[in-house]
Parts: sequence; C-alpha cells; structure tokens
Amino acid sequence: MIISVASGKGGTGKTTVATNLALSLRNVQFFDCDVEEPNANIFLHTKINEYEEICVSIPEIDKEKCDYCGKCSDFCAYNALAVVQSKVLIFPELCHSCGGCELVCPKDAICWKERVIGRIEHGQSNDIDFYHGLLNVGEAQAIPLIKALKNKINKNKTVLIDVPPGTSCPVIESINGSDYCILVTEPTPFGLHDLKLAVEIMKHQYIPFGVVINRDGIGDKEVEIYCQQNRIPILLKIPERQKIAYLYSKGIPLVNEAYEWHEMFGLVFQKIQNEVNK
Amino acid sequence: MKELTVISGKGGTGKTSITAAFASLAENAVIADCDVDAADLHLILKPKVKKIMKFHGLKIASIDKKFCIDCKKCHDYCHFNAIDEKINLIKGSCEGCGVCSYICPVHVITMVDRDSGIAYLSETRFGPMAHAVLKTAEEASGKLVTVVRNNAKHLAETKQKDLILIDGPPGIGCPVIASITGVDLVLIVTEPTLSAIHDLERILGVAKHFKIPAIVCINKYTINLDNSKKIEQYCMDNNIPVVGKLPYDNLMTKAMIHEQSIIEFSDANLSHQIHKMWNNIQGMLKLHV
Repeated sequence: MIISVASGKGGTGKTTVATNLALSLRNVQFFDCDVEEPNANIFLHTKINEYEEICVSIPEIDKEKCDYCGKCSDFCAYNALAVVQSKVLIFPELCHSCGGCELVCPKDAICWKERVIGRIEHGQSNDIDFYHGLLNVGEAQAIPLIKALKNKINKNKTVLIDVPPGTSCPVIESINGSDYCILVTEPTPFGLHDLKLAVEIMKHQYIPFGVVINRDGIGDKEVEIYCQQNRIPILLKIPERQKIAYLYSKGIPLVNEAYEWHEMFGLVFQKIQNEVNK
Repeated sequence: MKELTVISGKGGTGKTSITAAFASLAENAVIADCDVDAADLHLILKPKVKKIMKFHGLKIASIDKKFCIDCKKCHDYCHFNAIDEKINLIKGSCEGCGVCSYICPVHVITMVDRDSGIAYLSETRFGPMAHAVLKTAEEASGKLVTVVRNNAKHLAETKQKDLILIDGPPGIGCPVIASITGVDLVLIVTEPTLSAIHDLERILGVAKHFKIPAIVCINKYTINLDNSKKIEQYCMDNNIPVVGKLPYDNLMTKAMIHEQSIIEFSDANLSHQIHKMWNNIQGMLKLHV
C-alpha cells in the first residue's frame, strides 16, 4: 500500500505525521519527496550509505554544423535557447529536455549532454528503507528528482511518501499512484483554506483521503465542521502543546517520547487500511 | 521603486502573517502574493478585485483522432509519456513542448492554450494588491509568479508607490526563484527548529546564488532558546543581519481568525517587536539605494 502525506499549506506537520507513522509500523519504505527542503531524516536519523546523482539532458550546439537559422529557439516552448547573430545561448535551468530542438534542427547540429540537478540518497534503519532527494541550490525543477525517487518504490512494503507543500506539479508527481493520502492541516483560517485546495487535488486525482488536525486547540472549529459537512474522516488530532513543539524543534519523534503515540499512529494506519479495503 | 520578498524555505514559519503586518505598516506600498500554489494573504487583506486576467501557462496538445493514422510517432517521441499507446493524451503529464504536433505526419495534433489560473489586480485597505490563483494540478507556477510580479510593478508605477512587498512561496525551486530574482532584499522568516534551520541554510544558498541580499527574522524564538542562539550565531558567522526576534504568541493565530493583521489586532509586545523590525527593514531598503 502506498500512503502519501500532503497538506497544501506548508509547516502543518506533514513530516511529523509521516515520520511518526513510519516509526510505528513494520517493513516500511519511506520517501521524502520534498526535494526542495527535505527534513524527514532529521527525525529518522537514517545513516545514508548510497547515493545517485540525478541528471537531465540539455542540448549542446555543434558550432561547426550550426548555421544560426534560429529554428531551435523558435520551437522551444520554454525559451531555453536563444539565437543572437552567430551565437546560440542555452539556459539550462529552463530546459525541459523535450528533444524538440534536435528534431527541428536542419543541420543536425544538436547533441545532448547530462547536467546534474541533484541527488537521491538511500539508507536503512531498523524497519525503514529510507530515500530522500536533494535538489541542488539554484535549480528550479524538482520533478526529475521526484520521478527518480518513485522509481525505487517496492510495492511489497508499506510505502510512505512525504509530499512537498503546495498544489502544483511537484505535489501531483509525488502523490500519483497513491492508494491513500493523509492531509495534515491546522485548525486556522489559513489551514482550512489550503486544506480545501488539497481536497480538490485529491478529487482531481481520484485518491481517497482523510485528515489529521495538528496543533488542535490553537485556532477555531472550522476545519472540523468542514470535515463533518463533507464526510471527510478525521484520522487523528495532535494537540497544541508546548512540549510537542519543543520535541519537534529538537528533531525528536513523538513516538520516541511516549508509547501512547505509537498506539495512536498504529490506529491511524488501521483506519487507513479499513478505508482502502472498503 | 524597491522590492522586498518574504520567504522561508520551510513552510509555516509565519511568512504570510508577517507580510500582512508589514502591509499594515508600510505607507506607500503595493502588496503581491506570489505564493500562487496556496495563497493565503487575501484571507487577511480581503482584496476587492478590480481586474481579472486569465493566465495561460504552457500549452497542451489536442489530438483529433478522426484522422489519426495510428503511426504512434507522437507516443514514441514524447519525452513526458503524455501520450499512451492508444494515442490518448494524459493531460497531467503534457508539458506543452509541441514535439508531438511537429512529428505528426498527418497534422492531427495542435497545441492549444490551457487555462492555468487567474491573476487579479485588487484594492485593499492597505493599498493595491496583485495576486493569483493557480488552477488545481496545473504546472507553470513560476510563470504565474512572474505575471503577479509584473502586475505589481505596473500597479506601483501607475499609483506611484515606492515599495513592492512580496509574500513568497515555501521551498527553493521554480516559484521561489521567480519570486526573488531581481528584488532588492529578501527577508527569511525562520523558527528555532532543526527542520527550519536546515531549510534556512538552503534558502540562504539560493539568495547567495542569485546575489540577493538576505536578512533573517527568527519567529517563535521562545520555542527553543538554544536553537535560536544557534541561528543567531550562524547568521553572525555568515554576515547575515538578524533584524527581528519574535516571541511565540497565540495572538498571531487569533488575529488571523479575526481576519486582521497582528498590528491591527493587538497592541501587545509582539506588535511592537514587528514594528521595530519594520523600521529596521525600511532603513535597510533605503541603504540599498
């Protein structure tokens, strides 16, 4: 079973939920797909012992063959090439590696070279097979890294995916193929607004989902009312406590502190299993 | 005209609440919400929309299967696996490159505009505002950010404003880069948690990469005083000014529930601290003339 943990709004507790769930289960494969700001390993402390650099292909111009006709830059939908007089400028960060420039080039002057945009890392700790991705600073495209991570999915395990915040392409790429999605929110107007956006995505992608309310008690009751009205299951409420915030700040998982959390996250998993098998 | 972007790396550190507070303190500013994925600033600023603009991001392939000869070239050439073997388009995977349309021998594929979102020009109680909504599951949020920033610039020019105050998205990727390129200053809102510190280092790297001066605000610093000290030390070692330290206070959430900025909602210490920070930043923005 593949379970992703997403939120819309950032900082609601995705990583808290994903890591505590991972530590409460057996035979887990964990993917931190927030390749822009991966934090799960701060809580899981997996020793990384393998890595793989992730490359994308970008065009390279053979100056001998190129006659600067400009067809490549006219075709490129991403403005990744520009032809000025007798020079072809390439903007690697904008290139989507579609291969169009090579197709339209009448002189066969375009070849490809690999460019590193980040890396994925792997480690193993206790019952968790851990992967995360690290987008290089200054790079714009998270998608190739997320794809590389998801190629490692082993369906015989319980797969947990920590999803980046937001609602656009990296989120969709991360949640695609999930059997269930946990949406983590906080009981505030911002939390509710972004939860509604996340719910839209779930409906758009046809993924069953439930809600975890983090920092319960800090705001108002609107999130709960919304969930009741829309028949969205509330899987867990994590109360607003100074102690919990302090543990989080130090990178200590809740389940390591009190066994009751172990049981509660175990129950969350049972609820999800029941929902998926319905 | 100056541009200040509030970013954080990690989400949920308080970017939007702090931007809203600045909006109520700034005297002559345009406000821009560049978190087009999950925009929240409008929940506090309650903009009255004056103008709506459709946003077309990348194009999308449209296949007329009536005249398709089933050669499968489009399927073979698509690098995004967006056309399956039965020549059905998988909309979510199409990145609009146009290769399929080019390669099709019988010209049955055209590239058409897709409605990717809406950009708004609005008026708020604190001044004009540019914002946008990206449609669910759409690409090109970076491109929409650029649209919002251009709209804000246009507003600033026509209304003679001297500052654009930008609420940025979390992360370090495409929409973040689009939100900070060319601005005069970025304020990074962080918190004293190991996650936020890790993310702070990465986002500072991005600011450095694009050669943008960065300053830091430690929000909720009372959650973990040791970590707050670590952040201060780290910033000192890297010559990054810490312009504000805000205590954790539930007033921030209460103000949000009342649809007000903290400055409007409360006259408590937290508001004074933010005011002080704002004065500090104003000074810095002038220094960068």
